[in-house]
Amino acid sequence: MAAKIVVRNLNVNYQDGTESLRKISLEIEENAVTVLFGPAGGGKSTFLRTLNRLNDLGDLETQSGQVIFNGVNILESGIDVIELRRKIGMVFSRPVPLPLSIYQNISYPLEVAGIRNKARLDEAVEKALRQAVLWDEVYDRLNDPAHALSGGQQQRLCIARVLALQPEVILLDEPTSALDPISTAKIEELLCEISREITVIIAPHNTQQAARIGDYAAFFLQGELIEYGVGKEIFTRPKDKRTQDYIEGRFG
Amino acid sequence: MGRSIPLLTPRNKQRIGFAVLATCTVVTVLPIIALGIYILVQGVPGISWEFISSMPRDGMHAGGILPAILGTFYLTLGTALFSIPPGIAAAIYLAEYAGDTRATRLIRIAMINLAGIPSVVYGLFGLGLFVLFLQFGTSILAASLTLSIMTLPVIISTAEEALRSVPVSFRVVSISLGASKWQTVWRIVLPQALPGIITGCILGLERAAGETAPILFTGAAFFLPRLPQSPFDPTMALPYHLFVISTQVPGMPVKIQYGTVLVLLVFVLSMNLIATMIRSRARARRQW
Repeated sequence: MAAKIVVRNLNVNYQDGTESLRKISLEIEENAVTVLFGPAGGGKSTFLRTLNRLNDLGDLETQSGQVIFNGVNILESGIDVIELRRKIGMVFSRPVPLPLSIYQNISYPLEVAGIRNKARLDEAVEKALRQAVLWDEVYDRLNDPAHALSGGQQQRLCIARVLALQPEVILLDEPTSALDPISTAKIEELLCEISREITVIIAPHNTQQAARIGDYAAFFLQGELIEYGVGKEIFTRPKDKRTQDYIEGRFG
Repeated sequence: MGRSIPLLTPRNKQRIGFAVLATCTVVTVLPIIALGIYILVQGVPGISWEFISSMPRDGMHAGGILPAILGTFYLTLGTALFSIPPGIAAAIYLAEYAGDTRATRLIRIAMINLAGIPSVVYGLFGLGLFVLFLQFGTSILAASLTLSIMTLPVIISTAEEALRSVPVSFRVVSISLGASKWQTVWRIVLPQALPGIITGCILGLERAAGETAPILFTGAAFFLPRLPQSPFDPTMALPYHLFVISTQVPGMPVKIQYGTVLVLLVFVLSMNLIATMIRSRARARRQW
């Protein structure tokens, strides 16, 4: 297995002192599902937002360490963040369809990337929607407002939107927290499917989900990485007492 | 203790409260309705095709008010031209790029204060800057520019408000998909804010259309025998014309005075109606 992203000694602080990361070091495996789990406020979201520099938008106080992706430290100020965000896509906890049609939601990232060719866009939209297992449900109403879709469909649309860019890595921050169990199952299945070609890093919304889908698992607690390793081992034989207590539900 | 019937039960207090509020509402609305009816009754007899399509005759005692109608139209158009593009641009800058620094706070405070300045002050300023210093003379151009300065704060603040009301999540999602900030503003935020911006612009223009003081020194004429030929000509305008025929010309027929009022009101209220329609249509179609 090869490491897709190497994180070394990452420290992140916000101006208001909330959710920060301390000395995080780990290697994310390529084409696998890595789950980040742990109680709220542990730094999972911050970690995800660091990986595609979405923290730039917030009130970042300090950031140090290295995140090596394709041989480049993406925390450096000189890198092309827009190009980075096309390679490392993000799906948020609440599905946010842009106020456009279903089709335009998928074509938007391609259009802002400069693709204008209609045939190419059509093809990419269909491919992304098929990948996200949404095509059969929407192919006959692509020009309807995306807002009209159900919550689960909206979230798959958001995933399709990221997939349209053919990213190398996809980040998901509690993508199923607002969804019913059936929609959740569909998305979990979909994630396992795409993880053959794309590196998936996800903060699941509960430990059970983490155990279900995680090839690798990282336990975050109050800004620190407590334990990291193969998912099956972490969830059955955790080495750290705190990990074990959390998995068994003694706190959290 | 005797068994007295309590008058101030919560239920009764509520009744009294609602009664007071309802009375206040009626007292506030009644004069407006009365005003409307009075103007309609007095003004409608003066309205005819000739009234709105011909020049004044007999020292404005007869004929129509075409030059005043056209003048107000030109002034409104000029004001739109000079205030809407820079106003929207400034609003986009303030809402999306400027951030919350001491300088932008100062600008916002300045705008709030500008909106409270009496309009006659704008008139004097326009006289000093456009008419005299820039030598535009008393003209449609100078009057439009003066009205623009008065309208800009309204446009900027309503447009900024409209931009800010677009959910932050749209911006974050767009940026996360590899769009630049400019693309995000241009393709996502602006279209969503547009109905609100247009509404703000129309309301600002509506105020400008009805103003007398700012155009008094800068472009409005007492009486002109012919229509203005270029932006450098002075013009007649409805609000100023109204002032003239009500106070400066003895023996004006009442129906001409109130006919003019009616035309001005219809002009302004139809702009208001358009703004309301845009707003309610956008609200119905809004996806957030």
